[in-house]
Amino acid sequence: MNIQYYIFLSLALFIIGIVGVLTRRNAIIVFMCIELMLNAVNLMLVAFSKMHHLANAAKDINAGSEAQLFVFFIMVVAAAEVSVGLAIIVMLYRNTHSVDVSFLNRLKH
Amino acid sequence: MGITQILFWILAVVTLFSAIMVITSKNPVYSVLWLIISFFTISGHYILLNAQFLAVVNIIVYAGAIMVLFLFVLMLMNLTKDTEPQKSKWLKLAGALAGGSLLLVLVAALRGTEQQMTELNTGNIGLIQNLGKVLFTDYLVPFEISSILFLSAMVGAVVIGKRE
Repeated sequence: MNIQYYIFLSLALFIIGIVGVLTRRNAIIVFMCIELMLNAVNLMLVAFSKMHHLANAAKDINAGSEAQLFVFFIMVVAAAEVSVGLAIIVMLYRNTHSVDVSFLNRLKH
Repeated sequence: MGITQILFWILAVVTLFSAIMVITSKNPVYSVLWLIISFFTISGHYILLNAQFLAVVNIIVYAGAIMVLFLFVLMLMNLTKDTEPQKSKWLKLAGALAGGSLLLVLVAALRGTEQQMTELNTGNIGLIQNLGKVLFTDYLVPFEISSILFLSAMVGAVVIGKRE
């Protein structure tokens, strides 16, 4: 499979995530779009690791396994991020009875 | 066109469709369900690339833990279509235009890159044996640091979510 298909697929996923962040006001959906962007990056990293492995397998038998470990660490960070972010959203809902991100404007005053 | 190519195209179409449904559904619960479908198809992509460990971790961590957490919070807040905050039509149009132009620029920039192949359903770097060896020799310190990160995230979530 040509690597370009994977590049364009993950690019499209990433752009969908960006459009979601820009057009939605529900804080939870904005958060889900961030997860979508992280997954697009993960997919791209795995495709690149396999490409690197195909090109360098003769020299190094484990070529490309670092990228897959990077994906693993991205998942670790995403799990930690979700737990803290959802706690913040729950606190926002408890204080304003809404999950509208524009309520966070009040932080200015 | 072999079976792996056909599978790739089917998975790609389902991934993009469910990702679009995530940002267009009015009901947030449907958004979460479409996002779960999207994560499952991305796991299918990982299996196609012979990265079995990441496919399993993706299902367990994303589709299992994180999405259940999202659904749990949504159910707790009792959000429905009526309480969903909406942006004005012009802001939505501006967001879509901004994303579309970014897509255009990136596609134009990456169109002329070198044509290289990625290997499908062969190669064994994605198996648990090889990844585990690399993880517990070269990447042992980041692995331990990530456990500290988890501990601090847990403490932070409890402190923020606590009712005063």
